[in-house]
Amino acid sequence: MNRLLNSTPAAIAAVLAFIVVIWYGAAVYLNSDVLIDKYERKKTEWNFQVLVNDSWSMGRPVLPAPHQIMEDMNKSLFGHKITSKRSLVYHGWITISSTLVGFVMGGVLGILLAIGIVHVPTLNKSVLPWIIASQTIPILAVAPMIIVVLGAIGLTGLLPKAFISAYLCFFPIVIGMVKGLRSPDPIHLDLMKTYNATQSQKFWKLRCPASTPFLFASFKVSIAISLVGAIVGELPAGARAGLGARLLTGSYYGQTVQIWSALIVASVIAATLVFLMSFMEKIVQKRMGVLT
Amino acid sequence: MKDIPQVVEASKVDLVFQTADGPVHALSDIDLEINKGDFISLIGPSGCGKTTLLRLIADLEKPTGGMLRVNGMSPEEARLNRDYGYVFQSPALYPWRTVEGNLKLPLEIMGVEKADQNERAREALEMVDLTGFEKKFPWQLSGGMQQRVSIARALTFHPDLMLMDEPFGALDEIVRDQLNEHFLRLWEQTHKTVVFVTHSIPEAAYLSTKIVVMSPRPGKINDIIESTLPEKRTLDIRETQEFLELSQRIRKGLRAGHSYD
Repeated sequence: MNRLLNSTPAAIAAVLAFIVVIWYGAAVYLNSDVLIDKYERKKTEWNFQVLVNDSWSMGRPVLPAPHQIMEDMNKSLFGHKITSKRSLVYHGWITISSTLVGFVMGGVLGILLAIGIVHVPTLNKSVLPWIIASQTIPILAVAPMIIVVLGAIGLTGLLPKAFISAYLCFFPIVIGMVKGLRSPDPIHLDLMKTYNATQSQKFWKLRCPASTPFLFASFKVSIAISLVGAIVGELPAGARAGLGARLLTGSYYGQTVQIWSALIVASVIAATLVFLMSFMEKIVQKRMGVLT
Repeated sequence: MKDIPQVVEASKVDLVFQTADGPVHALSDIDLEINKGDFISLIGPSGCGKTTLLRLIADLEKPTGGMLRVNGMSPEEARLNRDYGYVFQSPALYPWRTVEGNLKLPLEIMGVEKADQNERAREALEMVDLTGFEKKFPWQLSGGMQQRVSIARALTFHPDLMLMDEPFGALDEIVRDQLNEHFLRLWEQTHKTVVFVTHSIPEAAYLSTKIVVMSPRPGKINDIIESTLPEKRTLDIRETQEFLELSQRIRKGLRAGHSYD
């Protein structure tokens, strides 16, 4: 029994079962007000059994029951052609693609800024405060402006959303990379000095490999943030496509089930992306001799 | 005599560090001559500036006064010329490189040809008796083996001068004895000039041709002792009368530098 609980899948299943039980209970509790109100108005007879059954099968519940969400996800993921606007696969893919493009842009920007900050003292003093300031502005306020400004110069579709992702996800990468590039021991740097190594040799043979653990830690944070950025970017973009659009139309029409299934798809995507990042990290670590 | 420049020539070398607590006089009035083929030990209590003196020779610090020449050049020119191999107190191996990768590091930086790199790495590894460990990562080796790799790394590019900062300081006595003997064999074969920092009297007496005794605050040279021991030495020599007398002289020199006022 103990061994069973210690295995990862069993632990995840146990937590999931716990959440589902709480969820069903919460669905009854949160939906009961509306239902009881309705029973009173229509003067129908009701008991607890009826209330429970009804609260798990409402069309527009305050909190849908897990099986309703599963049904909706099943229908919208597999029930339509994946090119259809009603397919969650279609919307999910739109969000993933701008997430990935934004992540790559943010990654390149973050790494380049970090290299500059580590090597040029002036940049260290002048740029870092601006980078920190950039993250204190709420992204919900900036996102519509980015969409509008880029739209005015003819950029629409994927790129503006990717810009928002990049805006959010370059930050952890800059911070992590600056720390990583500065992580070599003084003794390792002294060694390079005794060899009369050039700046670029010092960078490629010492600073760069020393920074990889920091880089992957940042990547894992950034790719999840990048997804949030893509979804936020879809809200003001006319809500045409993407998981953000599903969330927005869901809330316009009170389609709570649709909102929840889009949310769950988003979290599954985020978990998968972070997992892929960890997997890449393992491969790189293995090549660098960290694991046995 | 004057046509061959001394390997290290120091006269009235002074070094003052500016720290937040005011200036610290690390080295004062250092006069020292090191000839080709010498095995020089710098010995003294911690804080006497022996490591600092080594770092001055290596151009990892700059003197604030006096004259210091390495191979007839300024220390910086000697460093740019890659005239010396430096062995640090800790092995300072790159953890993401294998033993072979670590040995090739200086060769890659110095632009040695690929085929030559393998040959030289193999040769250096053989010198420290670690053939067969090429593909191991540093963490798979014991502390003594790591330090041997670090010595081999300094040998790969064939410098004539070896600067060694307490290379065996962190090792236990048994391993230390082994490495001392091994390193002495290596020195007999190659006759490189060695400047060796230590705080162990037996180590200094056993290895050196010349022992420089230093004292702290400010770091200065107290005594320079020419070794009377024969050039061929084994660990047994440490039981002889001559060795004990030499050790005693070093101890006296160290004591003289220590005033407890």
